[in-house]
Amino acid sequence: MFELSDYGDYVTAWCPGCGNHSILKSVKDALFKLQLPPYRVLFVSGIGQAAKAPHYLNANVFNGLHGRSLPVATGAKLSNPNLTVIVESGDGCHYGEGGNHFLAAIRRNVDITIIVHNNQVYGLTKGQASPTSSPGFVTKAQPQGVFNEPFNPVQIAVAMKAGFVARGFSGNEEHLSELIQQGIHHKGLALIDVLQPCVSFNKVNTFGWYKQRCYMLPENYDPTDRNQAMLVADEWGDRIPLGVIYRNDRPAFEQHFPFLESGPAAIRSVDMRALKEIVKSYS
Amino acid sequence: MPNTEANVLIGGEAGQGLVTLSQILTRAIVRQGYYIMVTQSYHSRIRGGHNTYALRISTSPITAPKENVDILVALNKETVQLHSGELSAGGIIVLDEALEIKNESYVSVPFKSLSADKYWNAAAVGVVTEILGLEMTGVEKVAREFFSKHSPEHVDANMESFAAGLDWMKKNDLKFAKLASAELKEPRIMVNGNEAIALGALSIGMKSCFFYPMTPATSISMTICEHAQGMGVVAEQAEDEISAINMAIGASFCGSPSLVPTSGGGFALMAEGLSLAGMTETPVVIVLAQRPGPSTGLPTRTEQGDLEFALHAGHGEFPRAIFAPGSVEECFWLTRKAFETADEFKIPVILMTDQYLADCYNSVKPFAIDQLKTIDVCVPEPIEQPHLTYKITDSGISPRLLPGFSNSCVVAHSSDELVVADSDEHTENGHLTEDLSIRAKMVEKRNRKFTGLKSVVLNPESVGPDAPDLLLVSWGSTKGSVHEVCDNLSNSGVKAAYLHFSQIWPINSDVVSKILNKAKEVVCVESNSTGQFAKLLRRETGFHIEKTILRYDGAPITPQHIMNRLELGTKDV
Repeated sequence: MFELSDYGDYVTAWCPGCGNHSILKSVKDALFKLQLPPYRVLFVSGIGQAAKAPHYLNANVFNGLHGRSLPVATGAKLSNPNLTVIVESGDGCHYGEGGNHFLAAIRRNVDITIIVHNNQVYGLTKGQASPTSSPGFVTKAQPQGVFNEPFNPVQIAVAMKAGFVARGFSGNEEHLSELIQQGIHHKGLALIDVLQPCVSFNKVNTFGWYKQRCYMLPENYDPTDRNQAMLVADEWGDRIPLGVIYRNDRPAFEQHFPFLESGPAAIRSVDMRALKEIVKSYS
Repeated sequence: MPNTEANVLIGGEAGQGLVTLSQILTRAIVRQGYYIMVTQSYHSRIRGGHNTYALRISTSPITAPKENVDILVALNKETVQLHSGELSAGGIIVLDEALEIKNESYVSVPFKSLSADKYWNAAAVGVVTEILGLEMTGVEKVAREFFSKHSPEHVDANMESFAAGLDWMKKNDLKFAKLASAELKEPRIMVNGNEAIALGALSIGMKSCFFYPMTPATSISMTICEHAQGMGVVAEQAEDEISAINMAIGASFCGSPSLVPTSGGGFALMAEGLSLAGMTETPVVIVLAQRPGPSTGLPTRTEQGDLEFALHAGHGEFPRAIFAPGSVEECFWLTRKAFETADEFKIPVILMTDQYLADCYNSVKPFAIDQLKTIDVCVPEPIEQPHLTYKITDSGISPRLLPGFSNSCVVAHSSDELVVADSDEHTENGHLTEDLSIRAKMVEKRNRKFTGLKSVVLNPESVGPDAPDLLLVSWGSTKGSVHEVCDNLSNSGVKAAYLHFSQIWPINSDVVSKILNKAKEVVCVESNSTGQFAKLLRRETGFHIEKTILRYDGAPITPQHIMNRLELGTKDV
């Protein structure tokens, strides 16, 4: 039996009031509720304030490069499928620098859970626009306001038939923990986009802004209806839906490698007899 | 007098069946006990373009390709136009009579009357079999095996064409000496550099290979993919090279010895990942199969232009090792060595080849698979509780634990067994730090691995008299050519030697300086335009090699190329 404290309790380098604190709490709560041994969980992150989150947890951690957490997580999971692999980073990391990996990871559908801290701004580099910033959002880098259409991760994921697509809000920790638990439970790639305020650099999309707009998808909402999910995923502005927006039961990528059932790469021996035959075939 | 050697050049357009023709002949030749070296030259396209296979066949061992052609098999006019000038004295050209090129030394084959269009390459196999005097039933057996994946009618039609070609040639008198028969002392296999790398990786226990296709590295991954399911290897085509190296790092972090094959452009994209491997101290092996750059360059040609790039790629300072196999056999053994080095020192290791070596087929002794060791990532190491991923040690190497495992690969059972790795500067337990005194200690720790690396470095191969009049210095794929030149020079009374590097980083400067200083004249031979290796040696040893023989037109350095420059003083190209 693991206590909540087994998942760690550390002093963070985040601003007071940052949404990251709540997300961290929800992550720990989810691990605790699932009673996952910390030493069988691997967190992979990129670079950014969100990417520091795994340092404030008790778990295995690979804190890699900006935008590259998904490839590392993919390699890790395929090397040791017994690990619960959770990817945690920000909107810039996943939807900007790592955009190509995001698309490829959805297509591949490896059994990993992606938690994206989405605050619609770059925090670590002090306030530039992110791929999800709203048009007109003024920063030092975009003094006339953002010109670009924002990236809609949830709708892209639904369009690409991702196996599990959800949106949470750092202001609703219990609900977020629930989503993370479901995401970890899902066999295949799970995307949880988490809206959060940045108290230092985003004075538009504040806690109050989100609080006013976010609503829970109703009990009778059917996340397996993809057409409906596309419409729900498109909702943004006055009303922002939270919950599991779409899910399906596509087989996880690992299922295409029958030998993975015999265990992690580290303990799989090399079939030298088979290799001898292979060498022979070159005569 | 039968010939002890023959150089056969088969040329034509892509899509004309050159590969079939060359592979059947090659396999049969190897099985009949000859030594063979096959080099390929091709255009970057699927159909058309000018492509050649050069088969150098000998009754004794050979190490390099040859420029003069004894038998030119021309499948189109262009081949005759481009290569008739390379014909040796007494050489012949085999071509289709429909090409209507008349000359007494030409063997005009009436392919149309021998077989249907589709099968004329099988007829050509028959013609060449007879010209070379190969043992017919042996070739027939190989051809049958080769076509066996096709439908029975297809096999029969091919075999009939083969027989028709052979019979036609028998009935036509030809003043070309057949090959002396060879003695098969031991069975040999026919592999190219890329296949040897793939087999070497499989033999050491590689468990994952991530790649994005790029000529000339692609066939490494393709060979691994072919055997992946059977060998329990995850082989995955990544969305780009950035992803490929990061996947490999993730896989390796969790206990899979991992390979990433690529060429220059892909390697450029991997530079940040290379640095990540250096910082997180994750073993990874990268194959850099070079082609002429800059940028897209000549995608299907050869060059050794990325040496300085490989030495310096990746931001920041971290130890690395670079191997550069000098032959197909070395491709196998040095791939193994690259994995061992990466695993022991927990660093990125680069294996540098080039298009010439990647595509060069050679008959080699079958690798003694039975006697080979594999990497064991489960060897118990002295792990502290709680585990310190980056424990500071004298060697700079920290005991390794795999996430999810306790020591020696039993499933983990305590939070003292957490593994934390970071691309930020970190403390011993892997968490990020901005403490400058720890930073300095970590830099020193990583740098200490360099001392260990130097102590196991593969010293260059030094062959020839102790104080030579001429010392040829080379690295990587040019070994065979330099070797042959030295043999030829020695036979004609020149006191020549060569110094060949199959590991180009790190370098033991003391050992190398001594050898360089003993020679009267030193010449560095490399496939690039600026003499990158000569510069590296100067930086490391202080020895200035004034004379270089370079080649940068995209063709491989042949013995003849070196001889022309040595004897005739021709200019580099």
